[in-house]
Amino acid sequence: MTETTIPEYRSSETGTGPVGQPIARVDGPLKVTGRATYAYEHAVNGAAYGYILGAAIAKGRIAEIDSANAEQAPGVLHVMTYRNAPAQPAFGPAVTPTVPEVFTRARPMLNSNRVRFYDEPVALVVAETFEAARAAAGLIRVRYEEERGAFDLPARLAEAYAPRRTNAGFETDSAVGDFDGAFAAAPVTVDATYRTPYEHHNPMEPHATLALWSGDEVTVYTSAQTLANFQAGLASTLGIPRERVRIVSPFIGGGFGSKLIVHADSVLAALAARVLRRPVKVALTRQQMFANAGHRAEMVQQVRLGADRDGRLTSICHDVWSATSGFEEFCEQTAVFGRSLYAAPNRLTRHRLVPVDLNRGEWMRSPGEAPGMLAFESAMDELAEKLGLDPIELRIRNEPTVDPEQGVPFSTRNLVACMQEGARRFGWERRNPSPGRIREGRKLIGYGMAAAIRPNYIGAGTAKVAIDATGRVTARLDMTDIGTGTYTILTQIAAESLGVPIAAIKVELGDSRFPRTAGSGGSWGAASAGSALHHACNALKERIMEAARSSDRSPLRGANDVAPIFVGGEIRVGDRSVSLADLIGRIAPHGMEVTGSVAAARDTESYRTYSQHSYGAHFAEVAVDSDTGEIRMRRMLSVIGAGRILNPKTARSQILGGMTWGIGAALMEETVLDPRYGHFVNHDLAEYHVPVHGDVPEMEVVFLEEYDDKANPLGAKGLGELGVCGAGAAMANAIYNASGVRVREFPITLDKVLPGLPATAI
Amino acid sequence: MQPFTYQRANNVKEAAAAVAANREARFISGGTNLLDLMKLEIERPTHLLDISRLPLDSIEETPEGGLRVGAQVRNSDLAADPRVRSRYPVLSQALLAGASGQIRNKASTAGNLLQRTRCFYFYDRNMPCNKREPGTGCAALEGFNRIHAVLGASEACIAVHPSDMAVAMAALNAEVETTLPDGTIRTMPIGDLHRLPGATPHVETALGHGEMITAVILPPAPPGRQLYRKVRDRASYAFALVSVATVIEKSGDRIRSARIAIGGVAPKPWRPLEAEYVLAGAAAADSAFTEAAESALAGAVGRGGNDFKIPLAKRTLRQTLAAAVEGA
Ligand SMILES: Cc1cc2nc3c(=O)[nH]c(=O)nc-3n(C[C@H](O)[C@H](O)[C@H](O)COP(=O)(O)OP(=O)(O)OC[C@H]3O[C@@H](n4cnc5c(N)ncnc54)[C@H](O)[C@@H]3O)c2cc1C
Ligand code: SF4
Repeated sequence: MTETTIPEYRSSETGTGPVGQPIARVDGPLKVTGRATYAYEHAVNGAAYGYILGAAIAKGRIAEIDSANAEQAPGVLHVMTYRNAPAQPAFGPAVTPTVPEVFTRARPMLNSNRVRFYDEPVALVVAETFEAARAAAGLIRVRYEEERGAFDLPARLAEAYAPRRTNAGFETDSAVGDFDGAFAAAPVTVDATYRTPYEHHNPMEPHATLALWSGDEVTVYTSAQTLANFQAGLASTLGIPRERVRIVSPFIGGGFGSKLIVHADSVLAALAARVLRRPVKVALTRQQMFANAGHRAEMVQQVRLGADRDGRLTSICHDVWSATSGFEEFCEQTAVFGRSLYAAPNRLTRHRLVPVDLNRGEWMRSPGEAPGMLAFESAMDELAEKLGLDPIELRIRNEPTVDPEQGVPFSTRNLVACMQEGARRFGWERRNPSPGRIREGRKLIGYGMAAAIRPNYIGAGTAKVAIDATGRVTARLDMTDIGTGTYTILTQIAAESLGVPIAAIKVELGDSRFPRTAGSGGSWGAASAGSALHHACNALKERIMEAARSSDRSPLRGANDVAPIFVGGEIRVGDRSVSLADLIGRIAPHGMEVTGSVAAARDTESYRTYSQHSYGAHFAEVAVDSDTGEIRMRRMLSVIGAGRILNPKTARSQILGGMTWGIGAALMEETVLDPRYGHFVNHDLAEYHVPVHGDVPEMEVVFLEEYDDKANPLGAKGLGELGVCGAGAAMANAIYNASGVRVREFPITLDKVLPGLPATAI
Repeated sequence: MQPFTYQRANNVKEAAAAVAANREARFISGGTNLLDLMKLEIERPTHLLDISRLPLDSIEETPEGGLRVGAQVRNSDLAADPRVRSRYPVLSQALLAGASGQIRNKASTAGNLLQRTRCFYFYDRNMPCNKREPGTGCAALEGFNRIHAVLGASEACIAVHPSDMAVAMAALNAEVETTLPDGTIRTMPIGDLHRLPGATPHVETALGHGEMITAVILPPAPPGRQLYRKVRDRASYAFALVSVATVIEKSGDRIRSARIAIGGVAPKPWRPLEAEYVLAGAAAADSAFTEAAESALAGAVGRGGNDFKIPLAKRTLRQTLAAAVEGA
């Protein structure tokens, strides 16, 4: 059983509107009745099916590729290899000149005989059916000239280099004061090295595309988080202007950051459809997703904390070494969150990269915080123990008054309140600070906590709203709903702003013909698209009032002195009121349409003058089996301060999902790279473990009442990824508290705790 | 997946003969393992004989007082059968600890016994694997072998047989009934069904090509307490790292007899008879459990990633024996 506490919210407009209400997903009925059409399901006449053959080596050259048998196989229409694939631009440098170009650069496929990573596409077979294409792919013979690849991280830290910047354009290093001096002088220190493994997103819906050309324009039904980037990336790859590429992605079966850029499915479907002059569908198989749809890179993280005896941090250093693809750099911003988290006069964060022969790493849910907080918040727990301090008290003693590195105030920051509220609700006082002391039968019980922080971003975007003569409102944006509830909150925002019922609003997303937004990523979706829509609705109200005040046919003509109120499907001005539908019917029989926009946060004054983050505190209770070392989560609570909660139901689902990711990261998620072959060994869902229902017994989410007026006009901050941040560390700390075994190599599987478990009597 | 022809079997004899007639033919039952293997072209049959509709789906009393479980009885139905639950609880527990509800609804009794290993390298055609392609080598031996065998393996192959059900059946001394292509019926102890890899890991069972399993026969329920304990990486839907099925009979403070089968550690359900001898007649105390656990794993060989299975199996065995005795 899970529960959520839903506090009351003030509404920006009327105090009683739909924003802040736990409204069920508006797209839910479509999804549960199978009427939401996903990329691969779009039915078109005459579609052909592609199947990708991947490389059997991780590095080298194709010396010979013989596709004759495949071409002769029944139903086969075309076999594409590097020898006959349409010309595409070269891949380009490992680091793009600017940050945004990483999303829009050309990503050519089958354009050379080089093999850069295991399972990289070496051929596409297109046939009348998927089965015929797959069978024929098995008939292609490839001879490789294999080269020795480099895959190891821990043994090659000496080869690490400093990238020019991290993902999202952060500084590679940051330094304040004199870390070395302060750390050397600190009476209490922790110096611990942690390892986090390769992980894979594995959204439920695999990457899949249907491409259709009409003349020299292509329409691509795909599963994408950010349409504008996808459109630009595909256009660059195909060598055609963006305007000739239309991306359609109304429903997405999860993305988690793996659907931000084009992958083999969309590029190859578009190329093959052009060659064959027929619609072509291409999907990655689950196994192919491990090499071809991004991953989180393996990392080694050293955390050094120095404190005085009463627990005030004097020095903080977080050093991160991460694997990166040699041909395309990706530096996860793993140590960046720490620049804003705790106070300390002397600080250092550094990111270093070690190239490996793998496909590029990608943005995986909560890039930076997810692996970084596993390490850092474990180290804080280690420090608390050394100091003999409660872990919450340690964090409170190091609560900064201003952002410790930027020196600016926080917009809102309720970390301490989250921890205190959480402690009270979770029964934190029952925790025994000495590990291994609570037993229930043959189980060792432990409690752990960790803080959560995640930056609030806003991406530039525009929304269009139209109202027709019957008062029905349609909002259109190229925003996506990747399962997070975007359709629903945008519906709420429009309904509230215009004072009409939810049922009067239709939100249309996922088409690159709609106005451009920043899409879904970085937890910015609700705030960015929501703000654009909010502005669009305000603009619409202004347009309506202008017309209403000046039109001869308007009952509100001349109502200039009093502010109008849009509520209950009516406009009220002083003691006059008129139904919105009626009014529009009179003053604009053909309807009205306006747009509204929001600027990227980083271009705003508010972002420079305030440190903007969402915060939370996670609490976990685990049981460790004293005989087998099996670790199971028993109970988890997250208290969240993330601005105004637009919809407590969808917000709660996001946090629950994040907490579940935390369980995965702490206990089981790991893709093993075999350094002999350069392949991910456990590349399917039978052996790449994610939590199942039995691993997620009891979860509670509490939202603190908060309104961040610095963040955006909605008062909301991003929270989609916040649930992951620190959640795994809370579990790791609980495991230590339960068993007395500190595992610094994630995930914490039973084989790692077993050797440290005390002997048990029968 | 290679193209194949498909035929629905009308009766057992015909089915066995049809498969025997074609080297590349296979029986298909629930298909939960075979189809995955075919998609990856690990198995490339050209002909499938669907035996899932044959009337082998009943559980019947035997004259000896045991149960005859038809080869087509679904894992879910077997686990839920009231006679199984009351007389062979270890079997019901083992079944319910395996796979997921959906898979158990499809999986047949015979298919479960004959499911193939989950060795990662076996499932990837680019990797050397003696079981898939004899003579190519074993990628797991010096690779990622966390899930691999510590008992009964060879230098040619260290794969584990992944079934939970078979482990319980081994502890119950089940027999496997088969029909040969010529119509002859034979039975063998379940312990003889799976072969150890030796130098020929591709030969996995004692069955000839076209020989069809028709039933599993459970002897009358043994006296004593039965228990199945599965240790895995997550709470459900994961294969066993180690599992233990045991049947223990007590007499006063002593153990009269004990049967043990260990899963997750060997190419077949592992019956450590030495450990059973240790327990027979011993005082029901930790010293006996510990000694039994030590002797059960005495010949174990770790290969690096799976070293932990040796202490894990000992600890699990010791505790499962203790728990079974407590209730016996
Ligand atoms: C993700 C996943 C997780 C799983 N987890 C577990 C687990 O935790 N524990 C566990 O025990 N199992 C687990 N399984 C395996 C599952 O139990 C087996 O796939 C299932 O039992 C196979 O039965 P089936 O009827 O589908 O066999 P099929 O796939 O139809 O056949 C398997 C093999 O048996 C042969 N065969 C079938 N019937 C006969 C017969 N009568 N005579 C001769 N040969 C025959 C077939 O030719 C084939 O070679 C899991 C499977 C999956 C996919
Ligand atoms: S353990 Fe057996 S199945 Fe696995 S790679 Fe080695 S030979 Fe193949």
